[in-house]
Amino acid sequence: MTATESAARERLTSALRDHDQDIADRWVRLQIEQEGLGAGIGEDELRGEADALLAALLAGLESGLPVSRVVTSHAELRGTITELSMRRARAGVTPTATSLAVLALKEVLLEVLQRATRDAEELFEAAVLINRLLDAAGVLSFDAYVSSREEIISRQSRQLLEMSTPVVRLWRHVLAVPLIGTLDTTRTQVVMESLLQAIQADEAKVAIIDITGVAAVDTSVAQHLMQTVAAVRLMGADCVISGIRPPIAQTIAQLGVDLSEILTRATLADALTEAVKITGQPALPTGDAVRR
Amino acid sequence: MNGQKPASVPILRLGDVLVTGLLDELDDKSAMAFLDELTERIAADAATGVLIDISRLEIIDSFVARTLSELTTTARLLGARVIVAGMRPPVAITLVELGLRLDGVETALNAEQGMAALGWFRTTVSGEGPHRDDAP
Amino acid sequence: MTPHDPAAGLTREWLPEPDAGADAAPRVYPVRTEEDLLEARHAVRAATLAAGFGLVDQTRVVTAASELVRNAYIHGGGGTLTIERLRRSGFRGVRLTVSDQGPGIPDVEAALTDGYSTGPGLGHGLGGARRLMHDFEIRTSPGGGTTVSATRWTQG
Repeated sequence: MTATESAARERLTSALRDHDQDIADRWVRLQIEQEGLGAGIGEDELRGEADALLAALLAGLESGLPVSRVVTSHAELRGTITELSMRRARAGVTPTATSLAVLALKEVLLEVLQRATRDAEELFEAAVLINRLLDAAGVLSFDAYVSSREEIISRQSRQLLEMSTPVVRLWRHVLAVPLIGTLDTTRTQVVMESLLQAIQADEAKVAIIDITGVAAVDTSVAQHLMQTVAAVRLMGADCVISGIRPPIAQTIAQLGVDLSEILTRATLADALTEAVKITGQPALPTGDAVRR
Repeated sequence: MNGQKPASVPILRLGDVLVTGLLDELDDKSAMAFLDELTERIAADAATGVLIDISRLEIIDSFVARTLSELTTTARLLGARVIVAGMRPPVAITLVELGLRLDGVETALNAEQGMAALGWFRTTVSGEGPHRDDAP
Repeated sequence: MTPHDPAAGLTREWLPEPDAGADAAPRVYPVRTEEDLLEARHAVRAATLAAGFGLVDQTRVVTAASELVRNAYIHGGGGTLTIERLRRSGFRGVRLTVSDQGPGIPDVEAALTDGYSTGPGLGHGLGGARRLMHDFEIRTSPGGGTTVSATRWTQG
């Protein structure tokens, strides 16, 4: 580290120590002025973030860690930046705005240092230092933002999947899953799992899969639907599919599956009638409880 | 786990029906020995039905699937109907994904329904009455 | 610092890396006897459980393992099963590697086709195992044995 470099670091450290209130104010104002940077976050919260980040930055600089590693290795600084980014991700701020907000601190810090020294060489070193620090912070912020968003998305889609595939008990020993919206492979697998579990728990004899609310399926989903029917039968129950729309019928036809064993009905009501017929009769000696 | 003896899986007889089950811990040799024994019992007891409870099987691979299919065919040739009862949901899903449908094998949800299908009823009317004492 | 500083956590490579937890080292199990087949299944079940797989995923992996080790036992004259637990950004995985020193598979594509079998009724073995796993790779040469590597991933 050269003498000017350490002088610049010392200069920045003391600026953060002595003018933290001023820096925080300016940064908050800058974010509010630059449209979108602070959107979705209140001024109080911005101020709180600023205080925490500046304190962490100061602690990082005082730690003596080399500039190249201070952002990634200093636990408090790293944690503060990560938390700031995750909070913005949750608040729905765009990733660009989040990184830009962090980078806006550069401008503020440079202004403060310009007031503190007139030495051109020192000012240059300070600018390089600030750039290195805040570029690293921007990259970390972006990374944290993306991870946080991925986590939110995967959690939401899991919840949505579970909510959107309710298995309802329609009749004694008759279950139904009304499917609505887009069917993809993951969702079809979730349907299959929850349906089979419900069949076991309820000792259901017939499961109705109603796809009236499904506009179209691709061949892989059609394949999964057929697999669901096969799995239901392996467990010893019957499966009725109702509400197949013409495009879906075409897709299933393209699979070339043998449909002779698959019960289909036009509507959920028809399917229920059929299901009750299957379960409703007193068990015959030949055994209707069993599929052949 | 040392299921070397052929008689490691009990085969019970209820009237014309033989009742037995498959276990996860069966190695291939024991499974084949079990198959032979069951086939002989079907003939010796002149059984008309065979119930195989598989509710304790945690996996069915192609070997077990083939064993079940073969048994069904053999039994049918000997005049008995085989019902495989109690397949667990994860096993059913995996079997289907594996590409196996157990063609020709009859299945029932549990041993009780399997027995009903083979002509055994708990009461004269079967378990479908309105006051069935299943769990609330 | 550069954005590629290795010290910068939050690495996003799509590469298997050793699990941070214990029990991460690959474990090798023999596939020589019928009892070994059962042992192998138990070990795979334990690994999927430790990796946090759901019941259906556990069943898929154990079933695939059963097919693969049986293949090695019957066609390859025995061999080994290696179980590894993997971790990559947001996913956990279990990789099975089954190796034998048998005659090799002359036509891999045919062997992966349902209904193909050279032994006692295992026509669905390889193709079925491939369908149950996410990544699947076969290395084989005439007389040089066969190694099948198969991985299944789960989120979380």
